[in-house]
Amino acid sequence: MSRNSVSKSLLSTMILILGVSNVSLAETVTFAPGPDTQEAVQEAFILSPPGTVFFFTAGKYVFDQSLSLDVDSVTIKGEGMDQSVLTFKSQDSGAEGLYITSDNVTLEDFAIEDTTGNAMKSNGADNLVVRRVRTEWTGGPNEKNGAYGLYPVSGTNTLIEECIVRGASDAGIYVGQTKQVIVRKNLVEFNVAGIEIENCYDADVYDNIATRNTGGILVFDMPGLPVKDGQRTRVFRNKIFDNDTVNFAPAGNIVGTVPTGTGIIVMANYNVEIFDNDIYNNQTVSILLTSWLSGGKPLTDPLYNPYAEGIHVHNNRLGKGGYAPLGEAGELMGQFAGLPLADIVWDGAFDAEKGSDGKPAEDRRISIHDNSRTGGGDVTFVNLGGVEAFLTQDQSKISRNISQHATPLPSLPEIKLSKAK
Amino acid sequence: MPHAVTLFLSLWVPFLALGEAPTTILSTPQPERVTIDVTAPPARSINDYHLFRDVQNQLPNEELIPYDLNTALFADYAEKYRFLFLPQNGTAEYKDDGAFVFPVGAVLIKTFSYKHDQRNPDGGERILETRLLMHRPEGWVGYPYVWNDDLTDARLAVAGARIPVSWVDTTGTERSIRYSIPNMNQCKHCHENDGVMGPIGPKARQLNRSFPYKHGPANQIAHWIEAGILENAPASTETVPYMAPWDDEKASIDVRARSYLEGNCAHCHNPGGDAGSTGLDLSWSQQEPVAYGINKLPTAAGPASRGYRYAIRPARPDRSFLLSRLRATDPAMMMPRTGRTIVHEEGVGLIQAWIQSMNPYLGSETYYETKQ
Repeated sequence: MSRNSVSKSLLSTMILILGVSNVSLAETVTFAPGPDTQEAVQEAFILSPPGTVFFFTAGKYVFDQSLSLDVDSVTIKGEGMDQSVLTFKSQDSGAEGLYITSDNVTLEDFAIEDTTGNAMKSNGADNLVVRRVRTEWTGGPNEKNGAYGLYPVSGTNTLIEECIVRGASDAGIYVGQTKQVIVRKNLVEFNVAGIEIENCYDADVYDNIATRNTGGILVFDMPGLPVKDGQRTRVFRNKIFDNDTVNFAPAGNIVGTVPTGTGIIVMANYNVEIFDNDIYNNQTVSILLTSWLSGGKPLTDPLYNPYAEGIHVHNNRLGKGGYAPLGEAGELMGQFAGLPLADIVWDGAFDAEKGSDGKPAEDRRISIHDNSRTGGGDVTFVNLGGVEAFLTQDQSKISRNISQHATPLPSLPEIKLSKAK
Repeated sequence: MPHAVTLFLSLWVPFLALGEAPTTILSTPQPERVTIDVTAPPARSINDYHLFRDVQNQLPNEELIPYDLNTALFADYAEKYRFLFLPQNGTAEYKDDGAFVFPVGAVLIKTFSYKHDQRNPDGGERILETRLLMHRPEGWVGYPYVWNDDLTDARLAVAGARIPVSWVDTTGTERSIRYSIPNMNQCKHCHENDGVMGPIGPKARQLNRSFPYKHGPANQIAHWIEAGILENAPASTETVPYMAPWDDEKASIDVRARSYLEGNCAHCHNPGGDAGSTGLDLSWSQQEPVAYGINKLPTAAGPASRGYRYAIRPARPDRSFLLSRLRATDPAMMMPRTGRTIVHEEGVGLIQAWIQSMNPYLGSETYYETKQ
């Protein structure tokens, strides 16, 4: 058979199998909604070569199983996040809507709705771009919703921009164990956590709007994971306000402990720079810097550094916050330190062995300067005096001296993705 | 032409032979030579490979070597028939720990079926699908083939399939499920490690058992050595690692449980596997308690970790997240993620008993832990 006839037959076969007419050999596979969507899309995701563009024309596509993609350098594209909708309402198989394990993948202009588990997960996928994608649980906040909206884990070079994520029962955008990350210009609302950066290296989180979540933006480092010592995250120019959705995470889940009405939490990371954000109307606390240890949970990973260190908070505009702390942690802090809780709360825990004279090492201190309070007055701060003081409610260790922390830390470098498209 | 494109076209070529009737298989089984050319695209019809002389009874043609594993993955109570095909003069290389190394041209073949009545194993069965794990020049690739009702043909099902299946279980209860045949990507989710696809089952500790060959029972590894198809094997099979089957009541509960986790979880839950990012390593060889789940926190499990703070809480099955994952059938919560839709009651019972039997202080000797 000549190559030529192979190509022609290939085309006709693709049309035959996919039941669509708009296939061209310029490596675009076009889908339209239909009864065989599940098989057609999944088969194309498997058989198409690198470079393919998968195009979902406007319409509602119904899937009852996960879709998985393992072809490098492909684009999944729709006609808009309200036009091309992949719905998984009747899903009875698979822990996510879309599961990606290949590199150089771009997702653009479509929506994933009502998945049983995560809406989109990528695993070890390098150079992932997610742009103008909406993931949503359309019934609103509910503990039965899937955990994560956009969930890239264990990759390098991840860009998430201009997306909308609603209703995740854990984090709307969760980037885990990834190196080189940009999360920008997204709208995250009605999730438990709006954005969570966990055990990542080098992340920039900016120009996002995080509102009506339980907590706005979390930068966490967790024990027991292969990628340890999460570090260097910048959180800037975000608007983090009205995060007031009652925590609907299932009990036991780590974000289940995030108090309703939280702006930013940094837990156990090293080198986080928080600046130029607008943070207001978060009733538990605007900014919380904490070690893992103050959560009172056992520590079983000997390689884990549980402290929040080298945290630099400056030039933020802080509105009303901390006026009525909620949740176990919020109430405990409120009882301990009094109301309203300060704008910026630090649990006071640091690694004394790395420092000297009862102070943290120079690069591991907490730096707070040039923040302003919208509506007048001074920015308030409280140091809860360390884990033991907090857990035993020893108020003699509480300090409100913000000027002690006024010396700036060096700014972190801008993230440049080595292969951003 | 870039390599992947070649593969792509080659995958499609067999679809193009339009108008050709599928080879029909005859009523009188004739021994045929197995013919698998791994450099050619996968056949659309499994008949092109001439694997079986009797599909219903899973009687293979001469070149296929049947084998069993000590602990196989639970697959919704399906029966499995396994065969190894080696290219002419091809040999496998023995490994103490990992899977044996098979040459290009080797194919691992696995048929799934349901006994009509599990109480009566000789009372017939329904053959559903045969999966081929083929060692092509560019690497291993998995191909699922789905049998038609009269077993005259099985067709390549790139995107997998769902098939309604019913049977009577060991308690006499009628069971019905939508049996799930994985798609080609799902093959990878289990069979890929550090990005490289490969066999999972044929490891020394899994193969080290007796098989009822036509000419009488023999140890599989001894048989492979004798047949001249296993290189670098120990002089005596006595030094070959052994993993007792999960249901071997003569073995300790610890061995049985770890064997079960190895067979059902470790292909993903190891540092290079699909679940490597969780840090939970359920490999047979993992000895570090926190690494195999003792007092380990759930990771990014979302709602699945509902109320559970530990993967395994020693002596407290009711507080062990790992067990709840085995009990779940909700796709967002269940483990393993593919290959099952119903609960493996016996497996759950074993893991529950194992956790119950643990020293409550297991894992606490080496790690600081606050009091609960």
